Order: sequence, then C-alpha cells, then structure tokens
Amino acid sequence: MAHQRKAVALISGGLDSLLAARVMLEQNIHVEGINFYTGFCVEGHTHAIRKKHQLKPKRNNALWSAEQLGIKLHIIDISEEYKDIVINPKHGYGQNLNPCLDCKIFMVNQARAWGFMADNDFDFIITGEVIGQRPKSQRKETMPVIARESGVNDRLLRPLCAKNLPETLPEREGWVDRDALYGFHGRNRKPQMALAEQFGFTDYAQPAGGCCFLTDANYSKKLADLWQARGERKYEIDDIMLLKIGRHIRPAQNYKVIIGREEGENNYLEGYRKQFAHIRIESHFGPLTLVDGTPDQEDLLQAARIAARFSQGRDAGEVRVEICVPGLDNRFVNVSPIPAQELPKNWYV
Amino acid sequence: MSSENKTFPKQTLDTRGLLCPLPVIRTQDRIKDLQNGAVLEVVASDPGVLHDIPAWCRVHGHHLIETEQVGLDIYVRLRVCKD
Repeated sequence: MAHQRKAVALISGGLDSLLAARVMLEQNIHVEGINFYTGFCVEGHTHAIRKKHQLKPKRNNALWSAEQLGIKLHIIDISEEYKDIVINPKHGYGQNLNPCLDCKIFMVNQARAWGFMADNDFDFIITGEVIGQRPKSQRKETMPVIARESGVNDRLLRPLCAKNLPETLPEREGWVDRDALYGFHGRNRKPQMALAEQFGFTDYAQPAGGCCFLTDANYSKKLADLWQARGERKYEIDDIMLLKIGRHIRPAQNYKVIIGREEGENNYLEGYRKQFAHIRIESHFGPLTLVDGTPDQEDLLQAARIAARFSQGRDAGEVRVEICVPGLDNRFVNVSPIPAQELPKNWYV
Repeated sequence: MSSENKTFPKQTLDTRGLLCPLPVIRTQDRIKDLQNGAVLEVVASDPGVLHDIPAWCRVHGHHLIETEQVGLDIYVRLRVCKD
C-alpha cells in the first residue's frame, strides 16, 4: 500500500480553506489544519463582547471547519512575531493597514516551520487561495512570490486554482491527481458554493471583508491614530484589543478616552482598570471610561466631562464622577457634562 | 500500572481576561505537557470557551468532563486523551 502523504492546511474558517482541505481528503491525503492568531482576527467572540451580537452563534469558524472535515486543528499564537509584518510590510499595505501579501507569506512560512519539523513530518502545504480572489494577495503574479518568499516553493499547493498554476511537487510526484484539482479564478463565488453543496457543506462562514480587522477602514484609522499620537509605529496586544472595543475620543495628542458602549464592553473594559486611569460615573447610570496616554490633572477633568456626556446625567448641571489613577488615591469630583457643541467630530477616532 | 489507571491531581489553567481563541491556545499548549488521563480545569471569563474548548476537545479526541458557570467565572474540566 502506498505511503499516505501528509498536508498541512491553512484553515482560516472561511469557505475556500474548508474546500481546499476537503479536496485533499478526497485524494486520501492525511490533512491537519493550522490556524494562526495574530491579534487582529475577526472572531465571533470579539463581537460577542457587544451585547447586541450575543444572539449570534459564538463559534470559532476554524474549529468548526476542522470538525466538518474531521481533521485536527492546531491554533498557533503568532501575535508577537506578527507585529513586524504589520509595522514593516515589505510589500506594502492594501486599501487600509492590511499587509495581506506579507501576511500570507508569513503564515505559509510559519506553516512550513511547523509542518516540516522532524516531529510533524508533513510533505506539503495547502491553502484555499484562488487567483484573482483578492486584489492584494491573491493575484497570478503574487502566487509564485508567496511560494518563493515563504521558502515552501513547489511544496505549496492551491487545490482550488492549481490548474491555473504550474505543477507542484505533490502533483509531479503523483501524491495528488492534478486532474482532480480545480481551476477557479476571479471574485465569482459560485464555483465554490457549488462545490460546497456537492460536499454537503452548509452554514459555512462568509465574512464580509475578510477575517482580519486590518481590512476594516475604521479599525485601521484607529491604529493609525495610535501610532500618530505616540510618535512611533509600535503596539502591544492590549492596544490592538482595545481598538476593537468602545467609542474612542481623542481630545489631545497625549491622551484619548475609551468609553464602553454597552454592558458587554463595560465588563471587558473592567479588566483593564488596574492598568489604565479610568472614570466611573457615580451620580448617574453611565459607562466605564478608560483614559489611555499620559493625561495630566486637567486632562482627567476634561475626560470626566466627556464621560459624563455619555451617562444618563448628560443633561444635568453636574455629574459626580470617581477618577481613578493607578498608584494614586481615587478622587471624587463634580463635573459639568461637556455639551455636544464642545465635542468636535474630529475628536472621534 | 497503565497511565489510564493512574489518578492524577487536577491541573488548573487560569485564562480569565483572555478572549477566544487565546483560552483555547493556552489549553492546547498546557495539554502538550500533560500525560494521558490527566484532568485539566480551565477557568475563563469569555463565554466563548463554552463552545470552543468542547469543539477543540472533539477535534483532538480529548474528553470533556463538564462545564460550569459560577458568577462571571466559567470552568471547563477535561480529561487528556492522547493518541
């Protein structure tokens, strides 16, 4: 009996990677999935922080894909190493701060490092890429760039568009049958949907705009603001998590306020109260407000006035707030909520 | 005595404050160091673990013992079942 070959499949949780892995299983390849956590992943659970999304199913789509396929899924935290990709992308950004081509090269390289290590001993790597599917990273010209710069070369197989690409090692060696691969191309999703139906997949994830917050214009704007305010292009994981949460208002370069929009966000922000100066509304019902940066006493009073504006005391003459700064005694002050006309639109990040 | 018959002290893993998939990743990393049959209790604050850790256990063949919510803390207890 022929030796069963092993493939590592990059599983994003979307339809294409699900189908690519399934096509390999059809050819009796042993497939295991790999999924990367960058810190920018759009996951149902991040949205689930916000109460209005809690009726949506809280599932991890990559795990869901693995279950549908009956394969193992290894989730790898690359968030630290990934910073350099976001900050210094060799191939530049897409429409927003999305370094899609560098990201794909990095992930395929990471899959190579994991899959080809002696303990794992995989033979090749597969992705769900389709030529022409994405304007930055999935173009005919970029396919060989990814294979070359990831170091995977001809051990990188794209089962959904392989027929539009040169033969790879798994095809040449007869590990997989090229005739049973596909020649999908372009942004039309109908071929994938038809194949999903053929395989009996329903209820698969169809994320609009991809699975990464960096493709989101509003999110990218907040990250650009963070870098601009700090005067350097750096971030910590807590920074990028907080960019997903709350209302961000920057009255000055040295500080911004992050205001919970609802109970779920307030609960999440509570977890940061020991690290950040924060403001609680005492006299009325109101959100928790974090103050990020290096605010002085006057800034904190201004932040308190902004926080009061988003409380139920917004129309009151005065609102009593508690200002908490790590390492200092908490103080209670009465402030007047900032009127709408004193809160310029350009303060909203 | 085979490892299946040993009684292991319960291991605990605190993932409170982390959002999914980080609790799953931390669970995955901890289990690498545990023996077959060991019991791991994961404490979390993200309700997503109620879905994700059981799904991860099913994918890898580990045995989910139970889940429990106490106030804002969520407990997921599982038994390590390695190939």
